[in-house]
Amino acid sequence: MAVLENLWLIPALPLAGSVLCAALGRKHATRLVNIIAVGCTGLAFLATLELIREFARLRPDQIPHLRSYLPWIDAGGFRADFAFQVDQLTVVMLLVVTGVGWLIHIYSTGYMKHEEGYGRFFAYLNLFMFFMLILVMASNYLLMFVGWEGVGLCSYLLIGFYYAKKPASDAGKKAFIVNRVGDFGFLLALFLIFWNFGSTLDYQDVFAWVQTRPVEGLGQVGLLTAVGLLLFMGATGKSAQVPLYVWLPDAMEGPTPVSALIHAATMVTAGVYMVARSSIIFAHSETALLVVAVVGAVTALFAATIGLVQTDIKRVLAYSTVSQLGYMFLACGVGAYAVGIFHLMTHAFFKALLFLAAGSVIHALGGEQNIERMGGLRKHIPWTFGTMLIATLAIAGAPGLSGFFSKDAILFQSFISPYGSKVLYAMALLTALLTAFYMFRLILLTFFGAPRFDEHHVHVHESPWSMLGPLVALAVLSVAGGWMAAPVLWHGSDHFEEYLAPVFARAETLREARAAGHGAAGDHYQLELMLMGVAIAVSLAGFAAAWQMYSRRPETAERLAAQFRPAHTLLRNKWYVDEIYDTVIVKPVHWLSAQVLWQRIDVRTVDGGVNHLADAARTFGGRLRRLHSGNTRSYAAWVVAGAVAFTALLVWLTRV
Amino acid sequence: MTGCRRRTLTADCGTLTAGREQMTVPVSWYVVLSAILFGLGVVGFLFKRNIITIFMSIELMLNAVNLALVAFSRMHGLLHGQVFVFFVIVVAAAEAAVGLAIVILIARNRESLNVERVDLLKL
Repeated sequence: MAVLENLWLIPALPLAGSVLCAALGRKHATRLVNIIAVGCTGLAFLATLELIREFARLRPDQIPHLRSYLPWIDAGGFRADFAFQVDQLTVVMLLVVTGVGWLIHIYSTGYMKHEEGYGRFFAYLNLFMFFMLILVMASNYLLMFVGWEGVGLCSYLLIGFYYAKKPASDAGKKAFIVNRVGDFGFLLALFLIFWNFGSTLDYQDVFAWVQTRPVEGLGQVGLLTAVGLLLFMGATGKSAQVPLYVWLPDAMEGPTPVSALIHAATMVTAGVYMVARSSIIFAHSETALLVVAVVGAVTALFAATIGLVQTDIKRVLAYSTVSQLGYMFLACGVGAYAVGIFHLMTHAFFKALLFLAAGSVIHALGGEQNIERMGGLRKHIPWTFGTMLIATLAIAGAPGLSGFFSKDAILFQSFISPYGSKVLYAMALLTALLTAFYMFRLILLTFFGAPRFDEHHVHVHESPWSMLGPLVALAVLSVAGGWMAAPVLWHGSDHFEEYLAPVFARAETLREARAAGHGAAGDHYQLELMLMGVAIAVSLAGFAAAWQMYSRRPETAERLAAQFRPAHTLLRNKWYVDEIYDTVIVKPVHWLSAQVLWQRIDVRTVDGGVNHLADAARTFGGRLRRLHSGNTRSYAAWVVAGAVAFTALLVWLTRV
Repeated sequence: MTGCRRRTLTADCGTLTAGREQMTVPVSWYVVLSAILFGLGVVGFLFKRNIITIFMSIELMLNAVNLALVAFSRMHGLLHGQVFVFFVIVVAAAEAAVGLAIVILIARNRESLNVERVDLLKL
């Protein structure tokens, strides 16, 4: 019972690591920093494993396991504590965060080896782990929000790690500000809950209260719909959905391990986790669910279209992440929360692998990130190639790999769920096609074909084992990570979904009630297999198209780009969303800040007022100074004048 | 108080009785005189250049006030005014002593009794 009783250990370990790295991370202490950072994260991972072992022994009525460690706010009936909760969902999230986090820490020791600020990097990375763990283990919304903000902070610090480079620091600011917009919605949701329910933001209490309220149908905008929509707004910012996704591609300015950990595996999944955790709230609001599903599907498709023509290896992966996150929200939006979390997990594996492998490629080429200047790397960096290929197969949905099961489940659910629709299914399917296409495009352009870089100047070398080890580990996970859902193939059940069932039980009941109401119940085994087949076909089609365009007949790409020049430019420039935001939002706000708030109010009114006051004091003082003339007779005259005035005053007062 | 045969000291011992006509000087005359003296004192204080003269003007002002006090004391038939005059005289004396000491020092340092020469504090 050791870890279950001392849940605080799990976040405390990375926090200690962060503080120690910050204190001790001088330039020549890389060894020490390694030990501390990797060690603390590793210990957190081990603690998580032990936690799982202990958790397995709990009875169902002991779940969720709650422990409160420190009273925090206790004011006028409202209470929020530093309290943690462990249930099956927490266990899954903990595994992903500590497991993948640990692997990425190991990778970073190799990747960041010759970088300035080594200790600072690991301090930030460990701090991020701390906040992320707080986020997933919190037992009330307020503490979750602490973790939420904290990961946003660490994201800013890490994106802007190379702070001397303007694009990097700009990207950091952009990430934080856009996140903030989402957080505004999140906070409003919290306020609404607090205002209407009152004394606590604890999950258990809030969910119990939500249960007592009526389900709000489509179009009915009641309290729970508002809460759900506002919570989702927060998720949109944190998890980079339309319209608040714009920070994620820019976030690629940060070091690659950061992109892997924060912008693929963990932080961006916080929104999905939050929606899943609040499943009961969403289940009570059909409008909110629809919005989540639609935004998810639209984002998935939209981002995939942009990823088709990007040339920076990390940008392609960034848009891919946005797209896959859309899938997760689509799953949650149709009520299949467990499926969404399943995809979260498999995505963490293969996307982190993709990013780390991309980092390996960049490292091998000495900093080159443009795929148009790569090619033929297959023979030079075989391990990187192999692992990246596995990840690509996973994300494209190659049968048997982890991504296949999770993506397939999402497609299936969007088709049959009472909250789903054929339109959503079609969008998701199209996205799958595009995903397969652009991922294979990436692989083909990077690893196949003739080298488009200068082979004499660039010494392509395979990465050290500190970097390759995690790649291999993640590759294994990308392959095997989905097998717990495999029994579906032989009419069995999805073990993962079963494991998480208690967490989403109440939401599921509502979904089934809805399904029964619309007569869509029953065994869908045949349908599932059929849709699986369609998905495989679509993936193959995407692969074939990429193969045709980039391997067999490389001119095809150029020709199509020329033929459809407007569309190509539109996609290449990311649908000009950044430019639109810049014109509509950023520039006016800048103008307002600089011209109005700064010039007119701060400079003219406030500074002007104060300066005028000072001037007045000085002028008055200057005039008063002339009394001190040194001329005794004028002093005498003033004395007399004062006496006369005083006497007159007295007379006047006594008269009146 | 020649002609005062009463035992108690009252203020009207100044009036002539028994045989002579009663003739009191109206109090307003005293007040006017006091005012004139005070005014002369003020003028001298403001416009004279000799420090000694200024001091004399101050003393003149003080004595004008004394006069007014005594006149009112007589008018009311109370001794309060006259008692206060003693206070004023004492203060005037002390002030004169200190002031003349300062004047002597100034005279030594500035070689002149012209108050316009005392201008070291001029900005």
